[in-house]
Amino acid sequence: MSPSLLIEYGLDAVSAVLMITGAVFVLAGAIGMMRLPDFYTRMHAAGVTDTLGAELIVIGLMFQSGWSLVTVKLALLGLFVFLTSPTATHATANAAYKAGLKPLLTRFRPGGDDQNGSPL
Amino acid sequence: MGRRLVYGFVLTVVLAVLWLALSGMWSNLLITALGAASVAVSVYMTIRMGVLDGESVPFANLIRFGRYWGWLGGEIFKANIAVVRLALAPNLNIKPVLTRVAADHGSDLARTTFANSITLTPGTVTVEVEPNGFLVHALDESFADQEAFRDMERRAVRASDGEAPA
Amino acid sequence: MIMSAVDFAVGAILAFAMVIILIRLFAGPTLYDRVLAVNAFGTKTVLFLVVFALMVDEPAAIDIALLYALINFIATIAILKFFRYRSLEVALSAMALRKALDREDEE
Repeated sequence: MSPSLLIEYGLDAVSAVLMITGAVFVLAGAIGMMRLPDFYTRMHAAGVTDTLGAELIVIGLMFQSGWSLVTVKLALLGLFVFLTSPTATHATANAAYKAGLKPLLTRFRPGGDDQNGSPL
Repeated sequence: MGRRLVYGFVLTVVLAVLWLALSGMWSNLLITALGAASVAVSVYMTIRMGVLDGESVPFANLIRFGRYWGWLGGEIFKANIAVVRLALAPNLNIKPVLTRVAADHGSDLARTTFANSITLTPGTVTVEVEPNGFLVHALDESFADQEAFRDMERRAVRASDGEAPA
Repeated sequence: MIMSAVDFAVGAILAFAMVIILIRLFAGPTLYDRVLAVNAFGTKTVLFLVVFALMVDEPAAIDIALLYALINFIATIAILKFFRYRSLEVALSAMALRKALDREDEE
């Protein structure tokens, strides 16, 4: 096996690990959005996917695309998501708070038999 | 005047590189001329809005910010795993809290960096900005650790203003 | 070959996450839950587009993803602004005035 092929396989392996990890985080965030009890707590679950999940998938794709203009565009996209997602989350939270939506501030602990958690 | 000339030059170069990277058009003369025109209009509008300064062209502290983002990335990773573990636990057991975090050091840029860092770190979101602090919502009381916020503020101020807060 | 299988798997997981978020979008219950769901759905769309672009080797889809990310951010801000002021033409100066008045009220 030639060294260049070995490097290619190595990059592919790194890319696959990063992307699968990112996808798992995205899925966990979505499930969190379903299960958590109120708006403010769901916001945290949505944040999980925006920060780590999205960045991991984008970085994984950058390993896969080789060195081209596509890599540069992916890096720009990652930077953009990294900079705007906290602003969007803060804007949503701030609008809800200003509108008088009260956060749940007591311990939330549904019984053991209630596996679905959040009331729809 | 001299500093603004430097800022204008750096902004022009950055915008030109951005345009070339996004379009991938190097050869067609007409398209490239239109690109140059769009860069010129953007720089002109920046000057006209009066925002051509160190805040809109923050190249001077890019290295410090790079180091700060590296540290922040590690924090985000740790907090993410904690949040995922909480949200996927078979029996949900969380106690959300609203807490006030003092933030009265440094420039506006430092405060913005600090507030955005709090929001970026999963488990805590800045809900409201007050004159000398933030109102922060935390998913669980274990995320609302005042010592950790102090450490993050120290690093954010050092990255933005280049010096440790008094 | 293997990589396109990984891309396919990641795309499938993303699509599944999008379905879950759609359920949250319809379930609500508050306006802000829906805005949050729309924003999260947009982020997932961007990711799906990028994965799709490399899976079928269609680099143009990355440009669409970039544009979608920009629009997604602006749309979120615009929706929130509309529901706070019931108008999109509130100028920045009017917002600043309102903020100053709010502060006076609090003191």
